[in-house]
Amino acid sequence: MRAESNIMAAEIVGVDVLEGDKRRHGFWHLALRSPPIVLGGLMLLIVLFVAIAAPLAFTTDPLALNTSARLRPISAEAWFGTDMFGRDMYSRIIYGCRTSLFVGTSVAVLAVCIGLLIGLLAGYLRVLDAVVMRVMDGLMAIPGILLAIAMVALSGASFTTVIFAITVPEIPRVVRLVRSIVLTVREEPYVESAIAAGTRLPGILWRHVLPNTIAPLIVMASYLCSSAILVESLLSFLGAGLPAEIPSWGNMIAEGRTYFQIYPRMVFLPGLFLALTVLGINILGDGMRDVLDPRISRTM
Amino acid sequence: MAAFIAKRLLATIPVMLVVALIIFLLLFLTPGDPAIVIAGDHATTDDIARIREQLGLNQPFYLRFLMWLGQLARGDLGVSIFSNMPVSQLILQRAEPTLSLALTTMLIAIPTAIFLGVVGAAKARTWVDRGVMLFAVIGFSMPIFVLGYCLIYLFAIELDLVPVQGFASIRQGIGPFLRSMILPALTLSVIYIALLARITRTSMLEVMHEDYIRTARAKGVGEIKILIFHGLRNAAVPIVTIIGISTALLISGSVVVESVYNLPGVGRLLIDAIAKRDYPVIQGVVLAFSFLYVFVNLLVDIAYAFLDPRIRY
Repeated sequence: MRAESNIMAAEIVGVDVLEGDKRRHGFWHLALRSPPIVLGGLMLLIVLFVAIAAPLAFTTDPLALNTSARLRPISAEAWFGTDMFGRDMYSRIIYGCRTSLFVGTSVAVLAVCIGLLIGLLAGYLRVLDAVVMRVMDGLMAIPGILLAIAMVALSGASFTTVIFAITVPEIPRVVRLVRSIVLTVREEPYVESAIAAGTRLPGILWRHVLPNTIAPLIVMASYLCSSAILVESLLSFLGAGLPAEIPSWGNMIAEGRTYFQIYPRMVFLPGLFLALTVLGINILGDGMRDVLDPRISRTM
Repeated sequence: MAAFIAKRLLATIPVMLVVALIIFLLLFLTPGDPAIVIAGDHATTDDIARIREQLGLNQPFYLRFLMWLGQLARGDLGVSIFSNMPVSQLILQRAEPTLSLALTTMLIAIPTAIFLGVVGAAKARTWVDRGVMLFAVIGFSMPIFVLGYCLIYLFAIELDLVPVQGFASIRQGIGPFLRSMILPALTLSVIYIALLARITRTSMLEVMHEDYIRTARAKGVGEIKILIFHGLRNAAVPIVTIIGISTALLISGSVVVESVYNLPGVGRLLIDAIAKRDYPVIQGVVLAFSFLYVFVNLLVDIAYAFLDPRIRY
């Protein structure tokens, strides 16, 4: 009983401290003190660094076929062995960081931008709202990966198709979030006074509504990024993703599965990189949610 | 109650119509010619023309949509390009493994997740709680197929306890059925448990701060009784909501798990259709799964009314 009330008290004080802190020191100060942000951020930075420095990281051409060196074990020449076409697994996995981060970032940016635009308009224009939200309900009723599979099956495998196919099912989540913020903010006194002062709609959206969406959207973008990396690898694994020659972790696992019982590394090595990257971004996202939105983090 | 259920049932019709429209529009909004993509690289002009005819791409789209809706209403999901079989029949043939997988997963995952979530909330901020949360983060980040191969490697190859792949129907006996189902269901359970345990913990923490919990404690009700009858009972609505929403997770996950474990289910049908570019089958499976998803969430909506008598629409 006493422990319980202590926890409650600590929580209330904790929130106050946190908000006071935020005013005094800002986001970065808090972020550097949050173990999840530091850990997740570090993991993401390593992947990012590897992705940028891929050509310098002792890699060879990830697409180079070498039929005389098929399915070689781990050795000094091929650190992670070679695949069934004799391609160097280490180089393919390192270049896979580029593929994953590129897909993850593109989807996060695209989904946030499109969702923000639709959400702002839907939240402010009643006429649009009813129609847009019915469409969003419909989109959300289709399991995302299945919708993506159908889209890729229709337009063929390419970077553009895959990114677009992963983005579309994610848009409703962003729209709902933005719309709910708009609906709350538009009742705030400062928005009412801005309207009374004669500020026009674009001005209100830009100056008063948009800033309120930034923190939740940053958190959402990190989850969108990790989920996009996962979905890309799933799509590639299922054969509805990136073209087979592109070094993507999902493609490598799809190729390695045939040889899994003899060479488990062909599945486990790309799988390990995939899992750690997604884990890093999710930890970072959880940490940012705690710092940026203490109200939710109290219970989450 | 009957009026309430009828009202919820009617409310799903517009959602289903929008779902049908979106899936239908994919064919028409796709840039380029889907008939050429579906026909593949070695197709002749005749093949492309035949596929275009079969998909109805040369008819005006509103006419085609109305005809298609009429077919849907009769349960006709179209005909496979590859095998010329009705898609609805193909799906029904493959339904058993998928349903077995989904139900086994739910039987494992829901009790485990609720248990973990309740324990996490009861022991909030201790190492037990942190352990549950750590599991939730890792479970949520673990790619489902990577996890599947880890389990196969450990239990089927190294320890040789269960078959590597394949499906045994429950009609072949409960032993073989469980042996074929345990790894796929465990694989699919992890992400489901991760999500559900987290939500259970959150909503339990919220509820445990309510006045009636304090009253119950003051009355001298046992802590376990409070957790289950006062806490969990009142935290049930968000938990059931997430069970409904995560059906989507279960559906997408079953496609992947059926691929990893080679189960002859609806997901496997979809994967084979991707490889054969059999778009009517892909479209039919996506539609069937979406309708199933809407239906499960309708059940969840109805369950609210039983869980929380205050809810009446």
